[in-house]
Amino acid sequence: MKNFLTSFRLGRYLAIRQLRNSNIGTTALIILVMMLTFLNLIVIKGLLVGLVESSTYINKDRYYGGVVISTLSNKTYIENSSNLVEAISNMPGVEAYSARYVQPGTITGTYKDRMNYTDKPNQSATYIVGINPENENETTDMAKWIVNGSYLEEDDYDYILLGANLLKKYLPNEAPGISTLDNVDVGSKVLLTVGNNTREVEVKGVIVSKVDVPDQRVFILESTLRQMAGRSDYNVAEIAVKLEPNVNSTTIRNNLISLGFSKNAKVQTFEESLPKFILDLRGTFNLLGDIVGSIGLVVAFVAIFIVVYINAITRRKFIGILKAIGIDSTAIEISYVIQSIVYGVTGSTLSIAFLYLFLIPYLNANPINFPFSDVSLVITFAGTVFRASWFLIVTILAGYIPARIVVKQNTLDAILGK
Amino acid sequence: MEQIIEAKNLIKSYGYGVNKMMVLKNLDISVLKGQFLSITGKSGSGKSTFLYQLALLDVPDSGQIKIDGTFVSSLSIEQKTKFRLKKLGYVFQDYALLPELTAIENVALPLLMQGFSKKDATHEAHFALEKIGLGNKLNCLPNQLSGGQQQRVSIARAIAHNPKIIFADEPTANLDTETSRVVLNTFLELNKLGQTIVMVTHEKEYAAMADRTVELSDGVIISDIINRK
Repeated sequence: MKNFLTSFRLGRYLAIRQLRNSNIGTTALIILVMMLTFLNLIVIKGLLVGLVESSTYINKDRYYGGVVISTLSNKTYIENSSNLVEAISNMPGVEAYSARYVQPGTITGTYKDRMNYTDKPNQSATYIVGINPENENETTDMAKWIVNGSYLEEDDYDYILLGANLLKKYLPNEAPGISTLDNVDVGSKVLLTVGNNTREVEVKGVIVSKVDVPDQRVFILESTLRQMAGRSDYNVAEIAVKLEPNVNSTTIRNNLISLGFSKNAKVQTFEESLPKFILDLRGTFNLLGDIVGSIGLVVAFVAIFIVVYINAITRRKFIGILKAIGIDSTAIEISYVIQSIVYGVTGSTLSIAFLYLFLIPYLNANPINFPFSDVSLVITFAGTVFRASWFLIVTILAGYIPARIVVKQNTLDAILGK
Repeated sequence: MEQIIEAKNLIKSYGYGVNKMMVLKNLDISVLKGQFLSITGKSGSGKSTFLYQLALLDVPDSGQIKIDGTFVSSLSIEQKTKFRLKKLGYVFQDYALLPELTAIENVALPLLMQGFSKKDATHEAHFALEKIGLGNKLNCLPNQLSGGQQQRVSIARAIAHNPKIIFADEPTANLDTETSRVVLNTFLELNKLGQTIVMVTHEKEYAAMADRTVELSDGVIISDIINRK
């Protein structure tokens, strides 16, 4: 033990002096390599997880809310909706809500240009959603996702908002089973059919929310839809509940269930409402992130190994001299391990500072605009500490192994440069 | 007088098969404690190889070496390192100082390895540098010193931990005549204090300054003379 402590002290002594007198440019370059290697380790997984998390959570923010209330599987609407809506509106912790009527229907564009009844109509089958524009906007910020035209006003009885995925202009490649409307855009007159009722309405705005459901639906004033569907019961089909910040969605769900509303509606937190494939996708991306992270660790190992190996090889003669004058191998190896730890810890610390002081806040404010989601980095501090610990272990190994290889070489050959 | 080095039947060859070349051919030598031995010979005579075997920097093909009562041939690599640290000092042809360490730090290295505290090691290193007349160059890096000064720092490093024997491999090869004399005088001063020194040199004049000169040719000792002073 005493021998090891002596070797450790001497190794530290040599490492400090070597670092102190090393070329600043070279040191900066090595630390930059360490920084990038560590960033690679953190950011790639953060982006992969961010991709699926962001695409999941924009569903919550832009359509479903923190608590999702929907119809029971054997019903087309929620019975006694009025009581439920009243309870929600008075419940502490609820910031906003949007109660929606949903009816299947069709939308037909350029119907005046259709010359022959045997021609295929420019038509799309979809769901027509009746909303209170003010409530909807408070809940989902829908007005922000209008990319063309404008949002619905409370007296826009003959106007609709169209999800962009219903229009060929925005979704040029039709998927099987989905037909999009050609030559329809803001200002176009279209025929809206709900049940046996058809009404001519004008397209007021186009929605691109990057959430599939609203981007494939038609939105109209709730009063217009009730009238077309012949409904006077005020029973809605779905309610999105937006919660105040830091309010637990499970608490709100439990409150609603305890009031007996689960008899007439499915009351779920957003997480519970996620379909299994989304959960599988999340698990898959997490796994993918771990795989990429593992590869990143190997890359980190190789990078540090090369740096230390080159450093040790170029100093082979001095390593030989140290051995010749009686400095034991452990002290020399420790000096290289300490140097690689200094490089690794400095690089990872600078990376963490860069991440938390710049990159994460920046990407939170300016998410990367991916086609199906606005992606920011999803990195937990515990995850960062976990990866930093692995990085440290890799740094120690990648510092030790090349030093060991060089130190093991014949002393005389090292001195004579053979 | 007590023998401090005793080598018998030393054989060393390099290469394999038809390229195998025997560099040391069954050499025997013994060195007395406090003796200043110079090993000389022409280039390729095997003098440096001989020194490397005696100094435990290389392993002979066969033969036995006994230093200060220990049969060193049977020691493991780590044991040899410890043995060198404890009992041997080295002076290399090209000084072999660590460029990032100051003169005093270079000299302190073997002391730190011996377990001296930094303060004590620095004190001893200071003393060794004073002894060879470099007390005013303690904090100079090697590249701030002349060749002769660097070689003297190397000598200070070799003597700082009070080794039993100092091995010097062509210590004056890279120095001019005047500086070479300064270095050799340093060795003579140390020898006067009882230090055993084994020095390889190709300069006959410098070899003659030692107590005893052994001359090698083609891997065998062709002369072994005591120098008159």
